Amino acid sequence: MTEVVPAARLGPRGRAGGSRGSGGSPPRWCAVSDVLAALETVRDPELDEPITSLGFVTSAAVSTDGDAQVRLRLPTYFCAPNFAFLMVADAYDAVSALKGLRSTQVVLEDHFAGDAINNGVAARAGFATTFDGEAAGELAGLRADFLRKAVLAGTDLVCRPLVQAGATPDQLTAMALGDPPPSRELGRLRQRRAELGLPADDRSPLVIDPLTGAGVTAESLPLHMRMARTTRISVQANTGICRGMLRHRYASAGIGEEESA
Amino acid sequence: MYEHNGEKYFVVDGHMHYWNAAPDNWVPGAEQYAKGWIECFHAYMGLGPPETHWSLEKFQKYSEDDLMKDVFEDGHVDKAIFQPTYLNEWYKEGFNTTERNATMGEKHPGRFVYNTRWDPRDGDEGLKVLQANVERYGSTGCKLYTAEWNNGSRGWKLTDSGAYRYLERCQELGIKNIHVHKGPTIWPLDKDAFDVSDVDHAATDFPELNFIVEHVGLPRIEDFCFMATQEPNVYAGLAVVIGGLMHARPRFFAKVMGELLFWVGEDKMLFGSDYAIWEPKWQVEGFVNWEMPNDEEFSDYPRLGTAGKKKILGLNAARLYGIDVPAEFQLEPQPVA
Repeated sequence: MTEVVPAARLGPRGRAGGSRGSGGSPPRWCAVSDVLAALETVRDPELDEPITSLGFVTSAAVSTDGDAQVRLRLPTYFCAPNFAFLMVADAYDAVSALKGLRSTQVVLEDHFAGDAINNGVAARAGFATTFDGEAAGELAGLRADFLRKAVLAGTDLVCRPLVQAGATPDQLTAMALGDPPPSRELGRLRQRRAELGLPADDRSPLVIDPLTGAGVTAESLPLHMRMARTTRISVQANTGICRGMLRHRYASAGIGEEESA
Repeated sequence: MYEHNGEKYFVVDGHMHYWNAAPDNWVPGAEQYAKGWIECFHAYMGLGPPETHWSLEKFQKYSEDDLMKDVFEDGHVDKAIFQPTYLNEWYKEGFNTTERNATMGEKHPGRFVYNTRWDPRDGDEGLKVLQANVERYGSTGCKLYTAEWNNGSRGWKLTDSGAYRYLERCQELGIKNIHVHKGPTIWPLDKDAFDVSDVDHAATDFPELNFIVEHVGLPRIEDFCFMATQEPNVYAGLAVVIGGLMHARPRFFAKVMGELLFWVGEDKMLFGSDYAIWEPKWQVEGFVNWEMPNDEEFSDYPRLGTAGKKKILGLNAARLYGIDVPAEFQLEPQPVA
């Protein structure tokens, strides 16, 4: 896939700038590729995928003075404002943490609450202040709820091959997180558990209650796995619809967009 | 009516619309929302087969003749249930109101069921309007859109105390079926607007009402499934599942159907085309032809046979709405065990 980074703003090999500007601007060694790498760490909290691979990044640029600008887009004009806010705020945090930037601007395009979100994030105002009178609090609870769903869905991804290979409920509940063969899915599950403050070391149980972190018993394992699969199917079906809507809405691919498996 | 391989299907379209979303109906100052809403709907149409796509202009305002042809003449539908969505803050005469639906439908006796709607934030005045609509249009069902904007509020929950007054009045007025449609906003905005736990509470507290969760709670299918399996009066409205997935993502369609068949069951699933987002013709024909794939991935999902398809396409909704179904469409009597 071709990167649709505004080429005029890039120097050789994607690096911004080249010559030092006059005055007190900082050393400019932050490249667009660094900005994109930072954006890859930002996920849609509902879909649990990077905003880059989902196609939500319209453009990313760094000026010769070290001003980063990121433009984001979503599948619909009415995508839920709380999740949209999280993505814009997370993108701002990830990019502005890069060294060598003078300023960071993240702009959500074509969204009913875009102005409020963009201004709120730029002012580092938080969600409740941005939507004054319309929100009761910040979004940590919402984020945690969806991380738990990601843990459940990830449990299905990691355990299903084990079950297909013959693992019994007793064997599965006796397994530790370090037991399955290393895989992208396993790494992701471990990371999500760590983000929630749940046990994530090699010796912690493989299958846990995402609310308490306690190991699941063999008795309750079949229902737990059934719910884990339903959660995974739901998130994936939702992702499929979002991708279809985005494709209808925008003719060109986003930067870093990848087709789903 | 749809006939295929000697089997006859009585088709109730449990979720369809007759809207006007053209610029002549946009509220001044709210044009961007009216435009954004209908463009979002139009994008959903893009998930159906290309030959069924319309131009945005036609999609904004289709004619009565379009509807009658697409739904009844070509679409195999025997009875269609209007589900109104008002959106009065964005559309001058509403997006599709009970009145607009009935004005059209009254020219075609016997074809339509007129559901109405309510919004707990309308208070006492809204209760009077609800009663008037039931008396005038014979409504036995309501469509609730919890993400509707109303005087600065971005939405509501069924557990709001105002909502319980309305549910009580529904029971008194003889309304049986409550269709719940979740959207992207709610009060407070920091909560998940698609959460269906309020439906769970309401279904427990109003056991005489049926709660049909539209688009099966998408994007929270899992929460919907875990809730519906525990509540005898909660049903799955399949609008968007068939229209949005069967063509665009057939393998996910099969998995979602498998999940619904497992948790909810074929007796509690209702077809809805969501017309004019999608025409019923390809949905009905595709669904009758559809089979659960035989791969390993699908091996522990329940299968759906002809009887199950007949229930989902019409017999279940006919039961909830008291619609007469001619004998030729009824299921064969089951052998007594």
